[in-house]
Amino acid sequence: MSDLNLDKLPGGFKGMSEDIGSDQTTFKGVNWGKAMMWIFLLSDTFVFSCFLVAYMKVRASVVEPWPYPSEVFALEMFGVPVPLLLIAIMTFVLITSSGTMALAVKYGYEKNRKMCGWFVLLTAIGGLTFVGMQAFEWSKLIFHDGVRPWGNPFGAEQFGAFFFMITGFHGTHVSIGVIFLFIFARKVFRGDFDTGRRGYFTTMKSDYVAIEILGLYWHFVDLVWVFIFAFFYLW
Amino acid sequence: MAETKKDQTSTHKIGIYLWIWGLLFVLSFFSYMVDWYNFQGLLRWSLILFFMFLKAGLIMAFFMHLFWERYALVNVLLWPMTAIACFVGLMVAEGKYTVFSRLFYFFVGGA
Repeated sequence: MSDLNLDKLPGGFKGMSEDIGSDQTTFKGVNWGKAMMWIFLLSDTFVFSCFLVAYMKVRASVVEPWPYPSEVFALEMFGVPVPLLLIAIMTFVLITSSGTMALAVKYGYEKNRKMCGWFVLLTAIGGLTFVGMQAFEWSKLIFHDGVRPWGNPFGAEQFGAFFFMITGFHGTHVSIGVIFLFIFARKVFRGDFDTGRRGYFTTMKSDYVAIEILGLYWHFVDLVWVFIFAFFYLW
Repeated sequence: MAETKKDQTSTHKIGIYLWIWGLLFVLSFFSYMVDWYNFQGLLRWSLILFFMFLKAGLIMAFFMHLFWERYALVNVLLWPMTAIACFVGLMVAEGKYTVFSRLFYFFVGGA
């Protein structure tokens, strides 16, 4: 990237057409790993969109009433049912971890090893909390309320299938992200990105850009939750 | 989006992240309030979608740094997502027709 002065390139759509027509790399100034992560996230968006399209279509066309999420996901607090309490806490936990990840990326840019490592670790703990609360939510729905993929006591039978499919797929993403966050927290603390130590699966030198790439994935997980929260829990 | 292009290695001030972070908390709180006050109908849907797109936009623009990326990357990402949003809208409209024809043929018998 050192031989490329982005400030001298034209911006906006003119810059875009020149970048694409330059007969060179299209995404100028973008690390190849970062570009590939973006492409992966775009394809992952398609997967989640398939679920969303199917869910919206089924929800709009079932004849039976759809279970009212506000009541299904309510938690008893001091004898009073509070709507969506656990979901709200989960949302705040995930946003918090997204914020700590953003700070980790910032300190990664600055090559601040300690701060970067702590914030990556904090993000991992936030993600782990989220997965734990989701496990609690699932077990409550399965064992207490008797929700199954083929039926439930609240209304339209398709509810369970979509709930387990969509939140399960998202939870899988979070779990994979948590594993990687712990691995990368260790890498940061060990100083891999300062010394350029070569990775386990690759001969390439480690660099702090890996933290930004990991951050992209983690923010994407948060992004998907924003849509799930809106379409599944609030709708 | 971005008028000022920044070099990849440059860092942004911590304030911008804290601001976006705070805004995300406030917006999440507002979208939770939509449910808390039990708004219904068009008001509910439009508020949910408004807060959702605002949150998604903030995360993508600042946390995922799209605001500072060049248009070549931004457009490659945003146009397919726009197409998907249209697709979802189409399928919701289609679903309304499906439920209409289901009810029509179940109860009226097609007449």
